[in-house]
Amino acid sequence: MQKHSFKLLLFVFSLGLILAAHFQFIDQYVITVIMLMGINIILSSSLNVVNGYMGEFSCGHAGFMCVGAYVSSVLSVILFTKDRIFGAPLLAPDLSLFLFPGVILIGGLVAALAGLLVALPSFKTRGDYLAIITIAANYIIISGIENLDIIGGPRGFQGMKRVINAMEDRLDIPWMLLWVVLGTIFSVWVIRRFVASTYGKGIIAICQDEVAAEIMSVNTNKMKVAAFMLSSGLAGIAGGLFAHVYGYVNPQSFNILKSTECLVMVYLGGMASLSGSVLSAVIFTLLIEALRFVIPELNALAHHLRVIPESYEIGQVWKWVIIPLILILTMQFRPEGLMGARELGDFFPFLKRFYRNRTTE
Amino acid sequence: MPLLEIKGLTQRFGGLQAVSHFNVAIEEGSLIGLIGPNGAGKTTIFNLTSGFYKPTEGVIRFNGADTRSLKPHQITAMGMARTFQNIRLWPNMTVLDNIRVSQHYRLGYSIWDCLLATKRYLSGEKKINNLAEDLLEAMGLKDYAQEYPKNLPYGLQRRVEIARAMSIQPKLLLLDEPAAGLNSSDVDGLIKLIRWLQKEFKITIWMIEHQMKVVMSLCSSMKVIDFGRTIAEGTPEEIQSDPKVIKAYLGDENI
Repeated sequence: MQKHSFKLLLFVFSLGLILAAHFQFIDQYVITVIMLMGINIILSSSLNVVNGYMGEFSCGHAGFMCVGAYVSSVLSVILFTKDRIFGAPLLAPDLSLFLFPGVILIGGLVAALAGLLVALPSFKTRGDYLAIITIAANYIIISGIENLDIIGGPRGFQGMKRVINAMEDRLDIPWMLLWVVLGTIFSVWVIRRFVASTYGKGIIAICQDEVAAEIMSVNTNKMKVAAFMLSSGLAGIAGGLFAHVYGYVNPQSFNILKSTECLVMVYLGGMASLSGSVLSAVIFTLLIEALRFVIPELNALAHHLRVIPESYEIGQVWKWVIIPLILILTMQFRPEGLMGARELGDFFPFLKRFYRNRTTE
Repeated sequence: MPLLEIKGLTQRFGGLQAVSHFNVAIEEGSLIGLIGPNGAGKTTIFNLTSGFYKPTEGVIRFNGADTRSLKPHQITAMGMARTFQNIRLWPNMTVLDNIRVSQHYRLGYSIWDCLLATKRYLSGEKKINNLAEDLLEAMGLKDYAQEYPKNLPYGLQRRVEIARAMSIQPKLLLLDEPAAGLNSSDVDGLIKLIRWLQKEFKITIWMIEHQMKVVMSLCSSMKVIDFGRTIAEGTPEEIQSDPKVIKAYLGDENI
């Protein structure tokens, strides 16, 4: 019983969250923040596969998110709703209740294929040079989509809200929250399975000594493809969810700034620490939202104390001063991130009793 | 048919001829040495044999198969293991995990089995786990299974690296200066270990080694190379008194 209590707790928590949202104990804003949190958890933990566990430096994560977002958005609009460009829906809109996860997964699969764009060069290149390639991949994807006029080009793409609304008309529960919660649990579970297996530990071996990995029978090229595809595929799932939460996507929302956000979360949480990634994604999301309220207060206080000129207002842009500053301070005083390479269970051994670890049994 | 047969092996790096026309035939069950001064090309020969470099010229046949077009991990899977001059364990992975990850070529399950936790995955992991634990037990490393190699003393790290190489159940074991950096009691332990490995697991060993004590007490025959060329071969006693070898190591008498 005790071994399963973590699963039980997770289930009760998710159910409670969805019920609370359904009966409007929490308002739409809080729900959106929670959904964003889930998406950020997927992004940071999936990037950790490449940057933390495999020790490569990928800084084009948002590019794969973009692929997933566009593929699943276009697919769900074509399949389930009437659109100005794509015409009548191919399937009955009601089917979206069952097929929506499939649409998101297809987005993830296409993003995984896009991951080959960096996986193949990684056979011969590593370190800084590979980092440049990942940035290039990010730009290739964004520019490609900006030049595809049929899906809106630089104006962006919308219509996903209609799909979600159709779902809610059929059965009135907070669908998007449900999908995000499921997507988050799925992603973290997949990564955990992967890095806990002897197969997945091949990428940790690559990180620590690639030559030794190859000589000890690890097919390093295959493992690199697996890690990059897994990482970008999950980023694609995050992108698909992101697109459906907002109902609108724009290529520029997946630019290098978004990639940097993912990087900040990984390094804040700690390399090669899954619970660190989850924790830092939660903290990061809360921080961004908190600053939304703190900055105007700060502004009022500064005006009250007359420490800044009357004509100057401290705006929301200061968010992008404060957050990088936090990163600098983290790197200075705790370079290994919140958790280092350890998991929560290493800090609090009693937690280990509450979940089952298949590999050590 | 010899287990490993190398004929006319030549390797050029740009204008530098690191190895030229190297020949060797290693019979199953033998223990052969390879020595030479610094920069003679010994490690290059090992790197060519294990597949890290593709030879400029020459043939390498392992267990009857041409290995020149194979990747290092494929050659390893055929039963050729090696250790490195400077220990290359995975420092932040437990000793047990070091052994387990080295079983990659015979996991017996795919990434899908691993994600879905199928029966094949669970039985594969169990098999590998037992295998690794048995090996550590046999090599006297059981107490260190959960230690990180970076925290172990140098002599033990060597032992773990040899254990890791043995874990793939090799036919041929290449040892690149196994006694480098060991103190004399560790060296005695190493000699005993290598003898025991050969007797217990019936493996063939080819080693690079400088310490005369190790070479004299283990190798049945050896080759000496200098500047990529073979300058002598024979039993350790013959090599020790060979004037060409003395010249390569100590220089000419009349400078």
